[in-house]
Amino acid sequence: MGNWLANHWLSVLFLVSWLGLNIFLFVYAFLNYEKSDKYYYTREILGTTLAFARASAFCLNFNNMMILIPVCRNLLSFLRGTCSFCNRTLRKPLDHNLIFHKLVAYMICVFTAIHVIAHLFNFERYSRSQQAMDGSLASVLSSLSHHEKEGDSWLNPIQSPNTTVLYATFTSVAGLTGVIATIALVLMVTSAMEFIRRNYFELFWYTHHLFIVYIICLGTHGLGGIVRGQTEESMGESHPYNCSSSFLEWDKHEWSCTRPHFVGHPPESWKWILAPITLYIFERMLRFYRSQQKVVITKVVIHPSKVLELQMRKRGFSMEVGQYIFVNCPSISFLEWHPFTLTSAPEEEFFSIHIRAAGDWTENLIRAFEQQHSPMPRIEVDGPFGTVSEDVFQYEVAVLVGAGIGVTPFASILKSIWYKFQRADNKLKTQKIYFYWICRETGAFAWFNTLLNSLEQEMEELGKMDFLNYRLFLTGWDNNIAGHAALNFDKTTDILTGLKQKTSFGRPMWDNEFSRIAAAHPKAAVGVFLCGPRTLAKSLRKCCQRYSSLDPRKVQFYFNKETF
Amino acid sequence: MGQIEWAMWANEQALASGLILITGGIVATAGRFTQWYFGAYSIAAGVLICLLEYPRGKRKKGSTMERCGQKYLTTVVKLFGPLTRNYYVRAVLHFLLSVPAGFLLATILGTVCLVIASVIYLLAAIRGEQWTPIEPKPKERPQVGGTIKQPPTNPPPRPPVEARKKPSVDEEEAASAGGPQVNPIPVTDEVV
Repeated sequence: MGNWLANHWLSVLFLVSWLGLNIFLFVYAFLNYEKSDKYYYTREILGTTLAFARASAFCLNFNNMMILIPVCRNLLSFLRGTCSFCNRTLRKPLDHNLIFHKLVAYMICVFTAIHVIAHLFNFERYSRSQQAMDGSLASVLSSLSHHEKEGDSWLNPIQSPNTTVLYATFTSVAGLTGVIATIALVLMVTSAMEFIRRNYFELFWYTHHLFIVYIICLGTHGLGGIVRGQTEESMGESHPYNCSSSFLEWDKHEWSCTRPHFVGHPPESWKWILAPITLYIFERMLRFYRSQQKVVITKVVIHPSKVLELQMRKRGFSMEVGQYIFVNCPSISFLEWHPFTLTSAPEEEFFSIHIRAAGDWTENLIRAFEQQHSPMPRIEVDGPFGTVSEDVFQYEVAVLVGAGIGVTPFASILKSIWYKFQRADNKLKTQKIYFYWICRETGAFAWFNTLLNSLEQEMEELGKMDFLNYRLFLTGWDNNIAGHAALNFDKTTDILTGLKQKTSFGRPMWDNEFSRIAAAHPKAAVGVFLCGPRTLAKSLRKCCQRYSSLDPRKVQFYFNKETF
Repeated sequence: MGQIEWAMWANEQALASGLILITGGIVATAGRFTQWYFGAYSIAAGVLICLLEYPRGKRKKGSTMERCGQKYLTTVVKLFGPLTRNYYVRAVLHFLLSVPAGFLLATILGTVCLVIASVIYLLAAIRGEQWTPIEPKPKERPQVGGTIKQPPTNPPPRPPVEARKKPSVDEEEAASAGGPQVNPIPVTDEVV
């Protein structure tokens, strides 16, 4: 627990302040509407639900402001870049932007529910007090209609006893926009459920653009001025404390109290969301501008197991290790952008991505390139955007774990190491790298065979065999393969990969690995980087916590997971 | 978008609508709104929809993640056969269930969401999708004793190869029949 806190204290602080702000804003607005004299008469009809509705609205404004910011990728990349002098713990929260976006979305759902339920009660009470014939204060207030000679001084939006709440809702701006916004929200949430998002990404992507409808409805929601409070002038003349008990005498000319005048609350949502919307529009324009720049495909390679490698060049493109780009292919789908990790090193002349067939879009792309039509399909690129892998050279010892295609960010790192070694770069902080590649089938090894081969040779030539320690694990083995391996036990190179390092079968025993590393580097800060499934992340995180020493000067394991 | 199974999204949408109907119904009934009996209906309809939609159907391709504890409801839903398997039936059912809730403001949100779910189910039905229950895989019991092979039939001490090569069918039969070991060559214990 202590280790987790040490690694994540900034994220925890951020979350706690966000929650705290929500609570504070809710209570502040609640007390305002519950106690303020301005709303004395409004409360007479509505009761406490007025305060609940307004408080939740206040928090909704706050959260709607927050929700667009984590998805401004370019802004976040910029922040990461400027923060490069900050230590690694300070930049961690930027990796969790999607988690924060989801948390804010859940909060919006909760407050929307409170807001809608409170307003249901409000409309019902307005309707009842309009229909009430008992001459109570509530019914007198409700009879203040639009047609007063003093002008627009009504309180109850339901003007006649025959108006149903349904009619009142759908003929008022607030009601209509509220219903449409809530439906948009429900659709966005159901299509964003993990199951749908992972398996039918395009559906999620297109439906999520309903946020435009949601934002427009949110901005126009308060236009009707349906939340009414007494005007200052009217309070000066006839304050509710003095006049509320004598409501039957308001019309009498000799009486000091006159009818109260009400004015609607102006819409204020737009004030909250204007800045994030502007930022987001700017972000989308930037993405569009970057995508319009010409991308030249220099090489196309089709690897076994249906993996496509694209090597490209683009003017002004510069990257760091482990970053990712968004790729669009207009001939396949005009609007879809899909993320891919860059597999080339920054030192290379081109940038490359490896694409595996994982759905509609990727399969169509691979097919389009396989067919080798003379004009190659045009590709648009946006990025690069940074993720954790940029941090790998900040750690003295790095443990890199890639499962299957999750090895791609680390391919970029290993290639970069190769170039750094060639150029004898002394600024490399990293002293040792442990690389674990876990894979199901042998065909997938082929792409990086050449890379690992050349790295092996490189290490031998430079006499630095101990810099890179890698192990390959084949989890989808059968008796055939195992038998083969047993027969060729004595050979110096592995039969499957041709590398000096033998392939292991099954999954790595992390406890052994971690204790070995902790023993070999008793005083180092070890960065553990994973790109792979959640279950693996759990076991690695546990190992990091278990093998980190309690003494901050001794070995410390820091866990980083890459998410898409 | 070719591989989308609309039924999966319709299922999520319908489940959400069911919950919204229940919430709206509770608000209307607890607050004794005008025509609150629609609210009571809405609670019942919502519960029915949630029970029907909770078990997720099996995807055509790939593995499907079950919802927590759905196997009990799967057995119940399976019992109705074509009524629950066919998505046309579900589309019509959801549409009909949503209509009465549309008369009350508290539940109209549930109505609209359910109508949308119904439309998506209709789309799924037109594309020929069906609800298939997720069956638990039968646990493969390790065959007890299946891997135990026969004990070696010629344990040491063994006579040299020449003596072994003499085929003696009767002796071999006697030896492989089990029972006390019969040494082909008499063995003496040399104790000094």
